[in-house]
Amino acid sequence: MDSITSAASVLAAGLAVGLGAIGPGIGQGTAAGGAVEGIARQPEAEGKIRGTLLLSLAFMEALTIYGLVVALVLLFANPFA
Amino acid sequence: MSPPRRLSDTAYLSQMLPLPLALPLAELEVGQHLYWHLGNLKIHGQVFLSSWVVIGALLALVFVGTRKLERDPRGLQNFLEFLWDYIRDLAREQIGEKAYRDWLPFIGTLFLFIFVSNWGGALLPWKLISLPHGELGAPTADINTTVALALLVSLAYFYAGLSRKGFRYFEYYVEPTPIMVPFKIVEDFTKPLSLSFRLFGNILADELVVAVLAFLVPLVVPLPAMLLGLFTSAIQALIFATLAAYYIGEAVHESHH
Repeated sequence: MDSITSAASVLAAGLAVGLGAIGPGIGQGTAAGGAVEGIARQPEAEGKIRGTLLLSLAFMEALTIYGLVVALVLLFANPFA
Repeated sequence: MSPPRRLSDTAYLSQMLPLPLALPLAELEVGQHLYWHLGNLKIHGQVFLSSWVVIGALLALVFVGTRKLERDPRGLQNFLEFLWDYIRDLAREQIGEKAYRDWLPFIGTLFLFIFVSNWGGALLPWKLISLPHGELGAPTADINTTVALALLVSLAYFYAGLSRKGFRYFEYYVEPTPIMVPFKIVEDFTKPLSLSFRLFGNILADELVVAVLAFLVPLVVPLPAMLLGLFTSAIQALIFATLAAYYIGEAVHESHH
């Protein structure tokens, strides 16, 4: 791998995870905030809210994981190397 | 392609990290496989070995648990009935009362295989068995396994829709308006893509986080990350099964005009 390609790959891997974490971070914050509000209003619904929250958090996390998959491909199985 | 790298490779890591470390405790190999040659095919042997262990464990569990059935379930039978109830509720909620019975075995098998794979990859001491290349771990941390599972789900929901509704299944593509046709066709491709990448990425990410932490601080510090990994891998198994059931339910759903 020449140095330009490796530099670009490492930079791109960092950007893929870093930028990919912004959106899901905001989304997870909003979701968690909504869940806390829901529990405060209706403490008896806590179990159900927690289940739904965890499931939706995992969906949002998947978006960052896509970025991570791209980063891993760039670092360990770079197609341009 | 350059030869695959080992994360523990000091030459590679010392370029990135200025640390005088070469710990034998933290080793993780990405892109290294134990290749078996089957005709013209190259298959990843370590994935097969660990999946066989998972399948064998599941078969043994179910066999032992259902050997002596009693009216008052105790011990293992009780546990298996709890699992059955859990999976039945999941399938019934997503697929609907009418069709869920046909798909209960499929959903249950997916859930149990993925769950036991994820936890087995994290909990069993695979390091004790050393292979000439690659290393044993969760079968779901290999993209081939997850793509195969996701394609199975695709086949399953097409089969479910076609067998229940015949060619009326394709009405689903023009609902609510025919403008949706291209999007629904693209959806058929993105469903297996996102299913497989989500599972693969999560499991591999868990293993990588633990490996990197264990590389930096070998004791105690990786434990919380390991616990978080167990938690997320359980949730990922649940999500995969829920989504598979949801896609099947979408295919068999009768819309009321």
